[in-house]
Amino acid sequence: MSKATHSPLRSIAAHAILLTYTVIALFPVFVIIINSFKSKKAIFGAPLSLPLGDAFSLIGYETVFKRGDFLLYFQNSLMVTVASLVLVLLFGAMAAFALSEYRFRLNTLTGLYLALGIMIPIRLGTVAILQLMVASGLVNTLWALILVYTAQGLPLSIFILSEFMRTVSDDLKNAGRIDGMSEYRIFFRLVLPLVRPAMATVAVFTMIPIWNDLWFPLILAPSEATKTVTLGAQMFIGQFQTDWNGVLSALALAILPVLILYLIFSRQLIRGITSGAVK
Amino acid sequence: MATVDIAPVKKPFRWHILVFLAPAALIYTAVMIFPLISTLYQAFFSQKWEFVGFGNFMQLFTDPRLSASFWNALINNVWFFIIHMLVQNPIGILLAALLSNPRLRLRGFYRTVFFIPTILSFVIVGFVWKLILSPTWGVTSGLLKSVGLGWLFQPWLGKEEYALTTLALISNWQFIGIPMMLIYAALLSIPDEVLEAAECDGITGWSQFWKIQLPLVLPAIGIVSILTFVGNFNAFDLVYAAQGAQAGPNFSTDLLGTLLYRTFFGYQLQLGDRAMGSTVAAVMFLIILAGVCVYLFGIQTRLRRYQF
Repeated sequence: MSKATHSPLRSIAAHAILLTYTVIALFPVFVIIINSFKSKKAIFGAPLSLPLGDAFSLIGYETVFKRGDFLLYFQNSLMVTVASLVLVLLFGAMAAFALSEYRFRLNTLTGLYLALGIMIPIRLGTVAILQLMVASGLVNTLWALILVYTAQGLPLSIFILSEFMRTVSDDLKNAGRIDGMSEYRIFFRLVLPLVRPAMATVAVFTMIPIWNDLWFPLILAPSEATKTVTLGAQMFIGQFQTDWNGVLSALALAILPVLILYLIFSRQLIRGITSGAVK
Repeated sequence: MATVDIAPVKKPFRWHILVFLAPAALIYTAVMIFPLISTLYQAFFSQKWEFVGFGNFMQLFTDPRLSASFWNALINNVWFFIIHMLVQNPIGILLAALLSNPRLRLRGFYRTVFFIPTILSFVIVGFVWKLILSPTWGVTSGLLKSVGLGWLFQPWLGKEEYALTTLALISNWQFIGIPMMLIYAALLSIPDEVLEAAECDGITGWSQFWKIQLPLVLPAIGIVSILTFVGNFNAFDLVYAAQGAQAGPNFSTDLLGTLLYRTFFGYQLQLGDRAMGSTVAAVMFLIILAGVCVYLFGIQTRLRRYQF
Protein backbone atom coordinates (compact mmCIF):
# COMPACT_ATOMS: atom_id res chain seq x y z
CA MET A 1 0.00 0.00 0.00
CA SER A 2 0.96 3.62 -0.18
CA LYS A 3 3.69 5.15 1.88
CA ALA A 4 1.46 7.71 3.48
CA THR A 5 -0.45 5.18 5.60
CA HIS A 6 2.69 3.33 6.52
CA SER A 7 5.05 6.03 7.70
CA PRO A 8 6.47 5.48 11.18
CA LEU A 9 5.76 9.09 12.05
CA ARG A 10 2.03 8.60 11.64
CA SER A 11 2.11 5.43 13.64
CA ILE A 12 4.00 7.17 16.46
CA ALA A 13 1.46 9.97 16.47
CA ALA A 14 -1.38 7.47 16.62
CA HIS A 15 0.21 5.64 19.54
CA ALA A 16 0.87 8.92 21.33
CA ILE A 17 -2.81 9.86 21.18
CA LEU A 18 -3.98 6.37 22.13
CA LEU A 19 -1.53 6.12 25.04
CA THR A 20 -2.58 9.53 26.33
CA TYR A 21 -6.16 8.41 26.33
CA THR A 22 -5.20 5.13 28.01
CA VAL A 23 -3.74 7.17 30.88
CA ILE A 24 -6.88 9.31 31.07
CA ALA A 25 -9.12 6.24 31.11
CA LEU A 26 -7.13 4.33 33.71
CA PHE A 27 -5.74 7.03 35.98
CA PRO A 28 -8.82 7.52 38.21
CA VAL A 29 -9.30 3.78 38.72
CA PHE A 30 -5.60 3.33 39.43
CA VAL A 31 -5.51 6.14 42.01
CA ILE A 32 -8.50 4.73 43.89
CA ILE A 33 -7.16 1.19 44.00
CA ILE A 34 -3.63 2.05 45.16
CA ASN A 35 -4.89 4.44 47.82
CA SER A 36 -7.39 1.95 49.20
CA PHE A 37 -4.38 -0.06 50.45
CA LYS A 38 -2.75 2.87 52.26
CA SER A 39 -2.84 4.39 55.70
CA LYS A 40 -4.62 7.70 56.12
CA LYS A 41 -1.34 9.56 56.42
CA ALA A 42 -0.04 8.09 53.19
CA ILE A 43 -3.29 8.80 51.36
CA PHE A 44 -2.88 12.50 52.02
CA GLY A 45 0.91 12.67 52.11
CA ALA A 46 1.65 10.95 48.82
CA PRO A 47 -1.52 10.14 46.92
CA LEU A 48 0.29 8.98 43.81
CA SER A 49 2.85 6.63 45.35
CA LEU A 50 2.39 2.88 45.56
CA PRO A 51 1.25 1.28 48.84
CA LEU A 52 4.67 0.01 49.92
CA GLY A 53 6.33 -0.31 53.32
CA ASP A 54 4.90 1.94 56.00
CA ALA A 55 2.21 3.27 53.71
CA PHE A 56 0.53 -0.13 53.36
CA SER A 57 -2.58 -0.60 55.48
CA LEU A 58 -5.81 -2.54 55.27
CA ILE A 59 -7.68 -0.40 57.78
CA GLY A 60 -10.17 0.79 55.16
CA TYR A 61 -11.18 -2.73 54.23
CA GLU A 62 -11.63 -3.56 57.91
CA THR A 63 -14.07 -0.66 58.29
CA VAL A 64 -16.02 -1.72 55.23
CA PHE A 65 -16.35 -5.31 56.35
CA LYS A 66 -17.26 -4.32 59.91
CA ARG A 67 -19.71 -1.54 59.17
CA GLY A 68 -21.31 -2.37 55.88
CA ASP A 69 -23.13 -5.56 55.01
CA PHE A 70 -21.47 -5.84 51.63
CA LEU A 71 -21.73 -9.59 51.43
CA LEU A 72 -25.52 -9.32 51.61
CA TYR A 73 -25.61 -6.45 49.09
CA PHE A 74 -23.43 -8.43 46.76
CA GLN A 75 -25.71 -11.43 47.07
CA ASN A 76 -28.77 -9.25 46.35
CA SER A 77 -27.17 -7.75 43.27
CA LEU A 78 -26.16 -11.16 42.06
CA MET A 79 -29.64 -12.61 42.54
CA VAL A 80 -31.36 -9.69 40.83
CA THR A 81 -28.94 -9.66 37.93
CA VAL A 82 -28.95 -13.40 37.33
CA ALA A 83 -32.72 -13.78 37.65
CA SER A 84 -33.44 -10.83 35.34
CA LEU A 85 -30.87 -12.10 32.88
CA VAL A 86 -32.40 -15.57 32.74
CA LEU A 87 -35.88 -14.14 32.23
CA VAL A 88 -34.75 -11.64 29.59
CA LEU A 89 -32.87 -14.31 27.65
CA LEU A 90 -35.55 -16.99 27.87
CA PHE A 91 -38.62 -14.83 27.22
CA GLY A 92 -36.74 -12.62 24.78
CA ALA A 93 -35.58 -15.59 22.72
CA MET A 94 -39.06 -17.10 22.74
CA ALA A 95 -40.67 -13.90 21.52
CA ALA A 96 -37.90 -13.33 18.97
CA PHE A 97 -38.47 -16.84 17.65
CA ALA A 98 -42.21 -16.28 17.30
CA LEU A 99 -41.63 -13.01 15.44
CA SER A 100 -38.92 -14.26 13.11
CA GLU A 101 -40.27 -17.76 12.42
CA TYR A 102 -44.01 -17.49 11.89
CA ARG A 103 -46.12 -15.39 9.62
CA PHE A 104 -49.28 -14.31 11.34
CA ARG A 105 -51.53 -11.31 11.42
CA LEU A 106 -50.18 -8.54 13.69
CA ASN A 107 -46.63 -9.84 13.36
CA THR A 108 -45.16 -6.50 12.28
CA LEU A 109 -47.31 -4.60 14.74
CA THR A 110 -46.26 -6.81 17.65
CA GLY A 111 -42.64 -6.38 16.61
CA LEU A 112 -42.97 -2.60 16.57
CA TYR A 113 -44.83 -2.59 19.88
CA LEU A 114 -42.10 -4.61 21.54
CA ALA A 115 -39.42 -2.37 20.00
CA LEU A 116 -40.89 0.83 21.48
CA GLY A 117 -39.05 0.21 24.72
CA ILE A 118 -35.65 0.41 23.02
CA MET A 119 -35.91 4.17 22.75
CA ILE A 120 -38.29 5.11 25.56
CA PRO A 121 -36.62 4.73 28.97
CA ILE A 122 -38.64 2.71 31.49
CA ARG A 123 -37.67 5.27 34.13
CA LEU A 124 -40.32 7.68 32.88
CA GLY A 125 -43.00 5.32 34.17
CA THR A 126 -41.55 5.31 37.68
CA VAL A 127 -44.56 6.99 39.32
CA ALA A 128 -46.92 4.24 38.20
CA ILE A 129 -44.35 1.46 38.63
CA LEU A 130 -44.05 2.39 42.30
CA GLN A 131 -47.85 2.42 42.63
CA LEU A 132 -48.00 -0.99 40.93
CA MET A 133 -45.38 -2.46 43.26
CA VAL A 134 -47.08 -0.98 46.33
CA ALA A 135 -50.43 -2.40 45.19
CA SER A 136 -48.99 -5.84 44.60
CA GLY A 137 -46.98 -5.81 47.82
CA LEU A 138 -43.67 -6.16 46.01
CA VAL A 139 -42.03 -3.01 47.36
CA ASN A 140 -38.78 -3.80 49.13
CA THR A 141 -38.55 -7.23 47.58
CA LEU A 142 -36.03 -8.30 44.99
CA TRP A 143 -38.93 -9.36 42.77
CA ALA A 144 -39.84 -5.74 42.14
CA LEU A 145 -36.36 -5.14 40.70
CA ILE A 146 -36.33 -8.39 38.76
CA LEU A 147 -39.64 -7.57 37.05
CA VAL A 148 -38.59 -4.04 36.17
CA TYR A 149 -35.22 -5.10 34.79
CA THR A 150 -36.81 -7.91 32.80
CA ALA A 151 -39.23 -5.46 31.20
CA GLN A 152 -36.37 -3.05 30.58
CA GLY A 153 -34.12 -5.68 28.98
CA LEU A 154 -36.70 -7.40 26.78
CA PRO A 155 -37.10 -4.90 23.90
CA LEU A 156 -33.45 -4.78 22.88
CA SER A 157 -32.95 -8.50 23.39
CA ILE A 158 -35.97 -9.35 21.23
CA PHE A 159 -34.73 -6.99 18.55
CA ILE A 160 -31.19 -8.38 18.45
CA LEU A 161 -32.20 -12.03 18.80
CA SER A 162 -34.83 -11.92 16.08
CA GLU A 163 -32.24 -10.48 13.67
CA PHE A 164 -30.02 -13.46 14.45
CA MET A 165 -32.79 -16.02 14.30
CA ARG A 166 -33.64 -14.97 10.75
CA THR A 167 -30.24 -16.31 9.76
CA VAL A 168 -30.91 -19.84 11.06
CA SER A 169 -31.48 -22.08 8.08
CA ASP A 170 -35.06 -23.04 7.26
CA ASP A 171 -33.98 -26.43 5.98
CA LEU A 172 -32.80 -27.40 9.42
CA LYS A 173 -36.09 -26.45 11.05
CA ASN A 174 -38.12 -28.15 8.33
CA ALA A 175 -36.05 -31.30 8.68
CA GLY A 176 -36.95 -31.22 12.35
CA ARG A 177 -40.63 -30.83 11.50
CA ILE A 178 -40.51 -33.77 9.10
CA ASP A 179 -38.97 -35.82 11.88
CA GLY A 180 -42.04 -34.97 13.92
CA MET A 181 -40.45 -32.53 16.37
CA SER A 182 -42.88 -30.15 18.04
CA GLU A 183 -42.38 -26.40 17.55
CA TYR A 184 -41.20 -26.19 21.15
CA ARG A 185 -38.54 -28.84 20.62
CA ILE A 186 -37.43 -27.14 17.42
CA PHE A 187 -36.96 -23.92 19.36
CA PHE A 188 -35.17 -25.41 22.36
CA ARG A 189 -33.16 -28.12 20.63
CA LEU A 190 -32.35 -26.68 17.23
CA VAL A 191 -32.58 -22.90 17.28
CA LEU A 192 -31.41 -21.93 20.77
CA PRO A 193 -28.03 -23.69 20.55
CA LEU A 194 -27.39 -21.98 17.22
CA VAL A 195 -27.99 -18.45 18.50
CA ARG A 196 -25.86 -18.92 21.61
CA PRO A 197 -23.26 -16.32 20.53
CA ALA A 198 -26.01 -13.73 20.10
CA MET A 199 -27.40 -14.69 23.51
CA ALA A 200 -24.01 -14.03 25.08
CA THR A 201 -23.92 -10.58 23.51
CA VAL A 202 -27.40 -9.77 24.73
CA ALA A 203 -26.46 -11.07 28.18
CA VAL A 204 -23.56 -8.65 28.50
CA PHE A 205 -25.62 -5.72 27.25
CA THR A 206 -28.43 -6.52 29.65
CA MET A 207 -26.21 -7.18 32.63
CA ILE A 208 -24.18 -3.96 32.83
CA PRO A 209 -27.09 -1.51 33.26
CA ILE A 210 -28.84 -3.81 35.73
CA TRP A 211 -25.79 -4.25 37.93
CA ASN A 212 -25.02 -0.53 37.87
CA ASP A 213 -28.54 0.86 38.27
CA LEU A 214 -29.13 3.21 41.17
CA TRP A 215 -32.59 4.62 40.39
CA PHE A 216 -34.81 1.58 40.87
CA PRO A 217 -33.07 0.11 43.95
CA LEU A 218 -33.35 3.57 45.51
CA ILE A 219 -37.06 3.82 44.76
CA LEU A 220 -38.39 0.27 44.82
CA ALA A 221 -36.16 -1.61 47.25
CA PRO A 222 -34.18 0.67 49.58
CA SER A 223 -34.60 -1.53 52.67
CA GLU A 224 -31.52 -2.90 54.41
CA ALA A 225 -32.34 -6.49 53.39
CA THR A 226 -32.78 -5.75 49.69
CA LYS A 227 -30.05 -3.20 48.99
CA THR A 228 -27.95 -3.89 45.94
CA VAL A 229 -24.19 -3.29 45.85
CA THR A 230 -24.61 -0.06 43.93
CA LEU A 231 -27.10 1.37 46.40
CA GLY A 232 -25.20 -0.06 49.37
CA ALA A 233 -21.97 1.56 48.22
CA GLN A 234 -23.77 4.85 47.63
CA MET A 235 -25.23 4.86 51.15
CA PHE A 236 -22.06 3.63 52.82
CA ILE A 237 -20.02 6.33 51.14
CA GLY A 238 -22.62 8.94 52.04
CA GLN A 239 -22.41 7.96 55.71
CA PHE A 240 -18.65 7.63 55.93
CA GLN A 241 -17.78 10.67 53.80
CA THR A 242 -14.96 11.72 56.09
CA ASP A 243 -13.51 8.24 56.57
CA TRP A 244 -11.25 8.29 53.52
CA ASN A 245 -9.87 4.81 54.10
CA GLY A 246 -13.37 3.36 54.26
CA VAL A 247 -14.62 5.25 51.21
CA LEU A 248 -11.63 4.33 49.07
CA SER A 249 -11.86 0.67 50.06
CA ALA A 250 -15.60 0.57 49.41
CA LEU A 251 -14.98 2.02 45.96
CA ALA A 252 -12.18 -0.44 45.23
CA LEU A 253 -14.42 -3.31 46.33
CA ALA A 254 -17.16 -2.09 44.04
CA ILE A 255 -14.77 -1.74 41.10
CA LEU A 256 -12.86 -5.02 41.36
CA PRO A 257 -15.59 -7.62 40.70
CA VAL A 258 -16.89 -5.71 37.67
CA LEU A 259 -13.38 -5.15 36.39
CA ILE A 260 -12.44 -8.82 36.70
CA LEU A 261 -15.65 -9.97 35.03
CA TYR A 262 -15.09 -7.44 32.26
CA LEU A 263 -11.54 -8.56 31.60
CA ILE A 264 -12.77 -12.14 31.34
CA PHE A 265 -15.65 -11.32 29.02
CA SER A 266 -14.29 -8.30 27.15
CA ARG A 267 -13.57 -10.30 24.03
CA GLN A 268 -17.17 -11.47 23.96
CA LEU A 269 -18.51 -7.98 24.62
CA ILE A 270 -16.42 -6.31 21.95
CA ARG A 271 -17.16 -9.03 19.46
CA GLY A 272 -20.85 -8.53 20.22
CA ILE A 273 -20.75 -4.80 19.60
CA THR A 274 -18.76 -5.12 16.44
CA SER A 275 -20.62 -8.26 15.36
CA GLY A 276 -21.26 -8.44 11.68
CA ALA A 277 -18.51 -5.96 11.14
CA VAL A 278 -15.57 -8.20 11.94
CA LYS A 279 -15.29 -10.50 9.03
CA MET B 1 -71.47 -20.20 13.31
CA ALA B 2 -73.91 -19.91 10.47
CA THR B 3 -71.43 -18.83 7.85
CA VAL B 4 -69.72 -21.71 6.19
CA ASP B 5 -66.00 -21.42 6.08
CA ILE B 6 -64.90 -22.76 2.75
CA ALA B 7 -61.30 -21.76 2.95
CA PRO B 8 -59.38 -24.59 1.32
CA VAL B 9 -57.20 -25.41 4.32
CA LYS B 10 -58.49 -24.38 7.69
CA LYS B 11 -55.39 -24.10 9.81
CA PRO B 12 -55.81 -24.95 13.46
CA PHE B 13 -55.08 -22.07 15.81
CA ARG B 14 -51.35 -22.04 16.32
CA TRP B 15 -51.16 -21.97 20.08
CA HIS B 16 -47.40 -22.18 20.12
CA ILE B 17 -47.10 -18.66 18.70
CA LEU B 18 -49.08 -17.36 21.64
CA VAL B 19 -47.06 -19.42 24.11
CA PHE B 20 -43.81 -18.06 22.68
CA LEU B 21 -44.98 -14.45 22.74
CA ALA B 22 -47.06 -14.32 25.91
CA PRO B 23 -44.44 -14.17 28.71
CA ALA B 24 -42.43 -11.37 27.12
CA ALA B 25 -45.50 -9.43 26.01
CA LEU B 26 -47.17 -9.73 29.41
CA ILE B 27 -44.21 -8.59 31.51
CA TYR B 28 -43.36 -5.82 29.04
CA THR B 29 -46.94 -4.56 28.94
CA ALA B 30 -47.58 -4.81 32.67
CA VAL B 31 -44.30 -3.38 33.97
CA MET B 32 -43.32 -0.97 31.21
CA ILE B 33 -46.08 0.13 28.82
CA PHE B 34 -48.92 0.24 31.33
CA PRO B 35 -46.96 2.30 33.90
CA LEU B 36 -45.77 4.65 31.15
CA ILE B 37 -49.33 5.28 29.99
CA SER B 38 -50.58 5.52 33.53
CA THR B 39 -47.89 8.08 34.39
CA LEU B 40 -48.81 10.18 31.35
CA TYR B 41 -52.48 9.91 32.36
CA GLN B 42 -51.79 11.01 35.93
CA ALA B 43 -50.14 14.15 34.62
CA PHE B 44 -53.64 15.40 33.85
CA PHE B 45 -54.93 14.91 37.40
CA SER B 46 -54.29 16.77 40.61
CA GLN B 47 -52.86 15.24 43.74
CA LYS B 48 -56.46 14.55 44.85
CA TRP B 49 -57.37 12.88 41.56
CA GLU B 50 -59.39 15.77 40.15
CA PHE B 51 -59.08 16.19 36.40
CA VAL B 52 -57.17 19.40 35.73
CA GLY B 53 -56.47 19.16 32.00
CA PHE B 54 -53.21 20.89 31.21
CA GLY B 55 -53.25 22.60 34.61
CA ASN B 56 -50.21 20.72 35.89
CA PHE B 57 -48.25 21.58 32.77
CA MET B 58 -49.22 25.26 33.02
CA GLN B 59 -48.14 25.25 36.65
CA LEU B 60 -44.83 23.57 35.79
CA PHE B 61 -44.10 26.10 33.04
CA THR B 62 -45.30 29.27 34.75
CA ASP B 63 -45.53 28.90 38.54
CA PRO B 64 -42.76 31.20 39.84
CA ARG B 65 -41.05 28.69 42.12
CA LEU B 66 -41.66 25.50 40.16
CA SER B 67 -41.04 26.90 36.70
CA ALA B 68 -37.72 28.42 37.78
CA SER B 69 -36.40 25.00 38.72
CA PHE B 70 -37.93 23.38 35.65
CA TRP B 71 -36.37 25.81 33.16
CA ASN B 72 -33.09 25.65 35.05
CA ALA B 73 -33.07 21.84 34.78
CA LEU B 74 -34.06 21.93 31.12
CA ILE B 75 -31.36 24.44 30.16
CA ASN B 76 -28.79 22.49 32.17
CA ASN B 77 -29.85 19.35 30.38
CA VAL B 78 -29.46 20.96 26.97
CA TRP B 79 -25.95 22.12 27.92
CA PHE B 80 -25.19 18.63 29.23
CA PHE B 81 -26.20 17.24 25.84
CA ILE B 82 -24.22 19.84 23.88
CA ILE B 83 -21.04 18.97 25.78
CA HIS B 84 -21.58 15.30 25.00
CA MET B 85 -22.00 16.05 21.31
CA LEU B 86 -18.98 18.37 21.19
CA VAL B 87 -16.56 16.39 23.33
CA GLN B 88 -17.58 12.77 23.74
CA ASN B 89 -18.61 11.96 20.20
CA PRO B 90 -15.73 13.65 18.32
CA ILE B 91 -13.17 12.04 20.65
CA GLY B 92 -14.99 8.74 20.19
CA ILE B 93 -14.75 9.12 16.41
CA LEU B 94 -11.07 10.04 16.61
CA LEU B 95 -10.23 7.01 18.75
CA ALA B 96 -12.28 4.73 16.50
CA ALA B 97 -10.53 6.08 13.41
CA LEU B 98 -7.10 5.48 14.94
CA LEU B 99 -8.08 1.98 16.07
CA SER B 100 -9.54 0.99 12.73
CA ASN B 101 -6.12 1.02 11.10
CA PRO B 102 -5.50 -2.70 10.59
CA ARG B 103 -1.75 -2.32 10.91
CA LEU B 104 -1.94 -0.73 14.33
CA ARG B 105 -0.36 -2.76 17.11
CA LEU B 106 -2.02 -3.26 20.50
CA ARG B 107 -5.48 -2.62 19.07
CA GLY B 108 -7.09 -5.17 21.38
CA PHE B 109 -5.42 -3.62 24.40
CA TYR B 110 -6.58 -0.09 23.60
CA ARG B 111 -10.12 -1.23 22.84
CA THR B 112 -10.37 -3.05 26.13
CA VAL B 113 -8.97 -0.17 28.15
CA PHE B 114 -11.11 2.54 26.57
CA PHE B 115 -14.23 0.64 27.44
CA ILE B 116 -13.37 0.14 31.13
CA PRO B 117 -14.95 3.40 32.39
CA THR B 118 -18.19 2.48 30.63
CA ILE B 119 -18.67 -0.69 32.67
CA LEU B 120 -18.26 1.10 36.00
CA SER B 121 -21.37 2.18 37.86
CA PHE B 122 -22.32 5.83 38.22
CA VAL B 123 -21.76 5.60 41.95
CA ILE B 124 -18.16 4.60 41.42
CA VAL B 125 -17.57 7.16 38.67
CA GLY B 126 -19.23 9.95 40.63
CA PHE B 127 -17.27 9.36 43.81
CA VAL B 128 -13.97 8.57 42.14
CA TRP B 129 -13.97 11.90 40.34
CA LYS B 130 -15.31 13.71 43.36
CA LEU B 131 -12.33 12.46 45.36
CA ILE B 132 -9.83 13.13 42.59
CA LEU B 133 -11.05 16.69 42.03
CA SER B 134 -11.39 17.32 45.75
CA PRO B 135 -9.29 20.21 47.06
CA THR B 136 -8.98 18.36 50.39
CA TRP B 137 -7.12 15.47 48.87
CA GLY B 138 -5.16 17.53 46.39
CA VAL B 139 -4.47 14.92 43.71
CA THR B 140 -5.46 17.21 40.87
CA SER B 141 -3.94 20.35 42.31
CA GLY B 142 -0.73 18.39 43.00
CA LEU B 143 -0.61 17.12 39.44
CA LEU B 144 -1.23 20.56 37.99
CA LYS B 145 1.44 22.07 40.23
CA SER B 146 3.96 19.47 39.10
CA VAL B 147 3.58 20.71 35.51
CA GLY B 148 3.57 24.34 36.56
CA LEU B 149 -0.14 24.89 36.11
CA GLY B 150 -1.06 24.99 39.80
CA TRP B 151 -2.82 28.36 39.38
CA LEU B 152 -5.34 26.63 37.11
CA PHE B 153 -6.83 24.52 39.87
CA GLN B 154 -10.32 25.26 41.13
CA PRO B 155 -12.71 23.15 43.18
CA TRP B 156 -14.59 22.61 39.92
CA LEU B 157 -17.41 20.49 41.30
CA GLY B 158 -18.06 22.99 44.07
CA LYS B 159 -18.36 26.12 41.93
CA GLU B 160 -21.67 26.99 40.37
CA GLU B 161 -20.16 28.16 37.11
CA TYR B 162 -18.06 25.03 36.50
CA ALA B 163 -19.92 22.19 38.20
CA LEU B 164 -22.28 21.26 35.36
CA THR B 165 -19.59 21.30 32.68
CA THR B 166 -17.30 19.27 34.94
CA LEU B 167 -20.01 16.67 35.48
CA ALA B 168 -20.70 16.53 31.75
CA LEU B 169 -17.00 15.92 31.10
CA ILE B 170 -16.97 13.18 33.73
CA SER B 171 -19.94 11.61 31.98
CA ASN B 172 -18.02 11.89 28.68
CA TRP B 173 -15.10 10.11 30.28
CA GLN B 174 -17.42 7.34 31.38
CA PHE B 175 -19.29 6.80 28.13
CA ILE B 176 -16.70 7.48 25.45
CA GLY B 177 -16.49 3.72 24.89
CA ILE B 178 -19.93 3.59 23.31
CA PRO B 179 -19.45 6.00 20.37
CA MET B 180 -15.96 4.60 19.95
CA MET B 181 -17.19 1.01 19.62
CA LEU B 182 -20.18 1.72 17.40
CA ILE B 183 -18.18 3.87 15.00
CA TYR B 184 -15.28 1.44 15.10
CA ALA B 185 -17.68 -1.33 14.07
CA ALA B 186 -19.02 0.81 11.23
CA LEU B 187 -15.48 1.64 10.06
CA LEU B 188 -14.54 -2.03 10.02
CA SER B 189 -17.53 -2.86 7.85
CA ILE B 190 -16.27 -0.64 5.02
CA PRO B 191 -14.90 -3.08 2.43
CA ASP B 192 -11.19 -2.95 1.71
CA GLU B 193 -11.86 -2.54 -2.02
CA VAL B 194 -13.41 0.87 -1.41
CA LEU B 195 -10.36 2.04 0.49
CA GLU B 196 -8.00 0.53 -2.05
CA ALA B 197 -9.85 2.22 -4.87
CA ALA B 198 -9.46 5.51 -3.01
CA GLU B 199 -5.76 4.88 -2.61
CA CYS B 200 -5.42 4.21 -6.34
CA ASP B 201 -6.95 7.62 -6.87
CA GLY B 202 -4.37 9.08 -4.54
CA ILE B 203 -6.70 9.72 -1.62
CA THR B 204 -4.88 8.64 1.52
CA GLY B 205 -4.49 9.42 5.20
CA TRP B 206 -6.68 12.15 6.65
CA SER B 207 -8.24 13.10 3.36
CA GLN B 208 -9.27 9.48 2.96
CA PHE B 209 -10.86 9.63 6.38
CA TRP B 210 -12.76 12.84 5.65
CA LYS B 211 -13.81 12.01 2.11
CA ILE B 212 -14.44 8.28 2.22
CA GLN B 213 -14.73 6.85 5.70
CA LEU B 214 -16.60 9.60 7.53
CA PRO B 215 -19.44 9.85 4.99
CA LEU B 216 -19.80 6.08 5.10
CA VAL B 217 -20.14 5.95 8.87
CA LEU B 218 -22.67 8.81 9.10
CA PRO B 219 -25.52 6.39 9.89
CA ALA B 220 -23.54 5.11 12.89
CA ILE B 221 -22.91 8.69 14.00
CA GLY B 222 -26.67 9.26 13.73
CA ILE B 223 -27.34 6.29 16.02
CA VAL B 224 -24.71 7.50 18.47
CA SER B 225 -26.33 10.95 18.53
CA ILE B 226 -29.81 9.67 19.28
CA LEU B 227 -28.48 7.28 21.95
CA THR B 228 -26.65 10.21 23.53
CA PHE B 229 -29.81 12.32 23.39
CA VAL B 230 -32.03 9.72 25.03
CA GLY B 231 -29.38 8.90 27.63
CA ASN B 232 -28.76 12.55 28.51
CA PHE B 233 -32.38 13.61 28.85
CA ASN B 234 -33.02 10.79 31.25
CA ALA B 235 -29.75 11.07 33.19
CA PHE B 236 -29.94 11.06 36.96
CA ASP B 237 -27.47 8.68 38.56
CA LEU B 238 -24.23 10.56 38.02
CA VAL B 239 -25.57 13.83 39.42
CA TYR B 240 -27.16 11.99 42.33
CA ALA B 241 -23.96 10.10 43.13
CA ALA B 242 -21.62 13.09 42.83
CA GLN B 243 -23.77 16.01 44.01
CA GLY B 244 -26.76 14.44 45.78
CA ALA B 245 -30.47 14.86 45.06
CA GLN B 246 -30.11 18.62 45.59
CA ALA B 247 -27.88 18.79 42.52
CA GLY B 248 -25.64 21.34 44.16
CA PRO B 249 -24.08 23.80 44.33
CA ASN B 250 -27.33 25.76 44.34
CA PHE B 251 -29.05 23.48 41.79
CA SER B 252 -26.45 24.33 39.16
CA THR B 253 -26.18 20.65 38.15
CA ASP B 254 -29.90 19.92 38.26
CA LEU B 255 -31.09 17.83 35.31
CA LEU B 256 -34.62 16.75 34.44
CA GLY B 257 -33.93 13.37 36.04
CA THR B 258 -32.94 14.81 39.41
CA LEU B 259 -35.84 17.27 39.20
CA LEU B 260 -38.21 14.35 38.64
CA TYR B 261 -36.76 12.55 41.65
CA ARG B 262 -37.13 15.55 43.95
CA THR B 263 -40.60 16.43 42.71
CA PHE B 264 -41.92 12.91 43.07
CA PHE B 265 -40.25 12.02 46.38
CA GLY B 266 -39.83 15.41 47.94
CA TYR B 267 -36.72 16.64 49.69
CA GLN B 268 -36.05 18.44 52.91
CA LEU B 269 -39.25 20.35 53.73
CA GLN B 270 -41.00 19.92 50.43
CA LEU B 271 -43.38 16.95 50.27
CA GLY B 272 -43.38 14.55 47.35
CA ASP B 273 -45.96 15.31 44.71
CA ARG B 274 -47.22 12.42 42.60
CA ALA B 275 -49.14 14.59 40.16
CA MET B 276 -46.27 16.99 39.52
CA GLY B 277 -43.83 14.06 39.35
CA SER B 278 -45.97 12.54 36.60
CA THR B 279 -46.03 15.89 34.83
CA VAL B 280 -42.24 16.17 34.84
CA ALA B 281 -42.02 12.57 33.58
CA ALA B 282 -44.55 13.40 30.84
CA VAL B 283 -42.50 16.39 29.72
CA MET B 284 -39.36 14.24 29.64
CA PHE B 285 -41.29 11.67 27.64
CA LEU B 286 -42.33 14.30 25.09
CA ILE B 287 -38.79 15.65 24.78
CA ILE B 288 -37.37 12.17 24.20
CA LEU B 289 -40.18 11.30 21.80
CA ALA B 290 -39.55 14.51 19.85
CA GLY B 291 -35.84 13.69 19.66
CA VAL B 292 -36.50 10.15 18.47
CA CYS B 293 -38.98 11.41 15.84
CA VAL B 294 -36.53 14.01 14.54
CA TYR B 295 -33.97 11.24 14.23
CA LEU B 296 -36.27 8.67 12.61
CA PHE B 297 -38.00 10.97 10.13
CA GLY B 298 -35.60 13.86 9.73
CA ILE B 299 -32.15 12.35 9.91
CA GLN B 300 -32.25 8.63 9.34
CA THR B 301 -34.27 8.76 6.14
CA ARG B 302 -31.94 11.37 4.64
CA LEU B 303 -28.74 9.53 5.38
CA ARG B 304 -27.71 7.54 2.41
CA ARG B 305 -26.94 3.96 3.26
CA TYR B 306 -24.56 2.00 1.12
CA GLN B 307 -24.99 -1.68 0.53
CA PHE B 308 -21.76 -3.48 -0.05
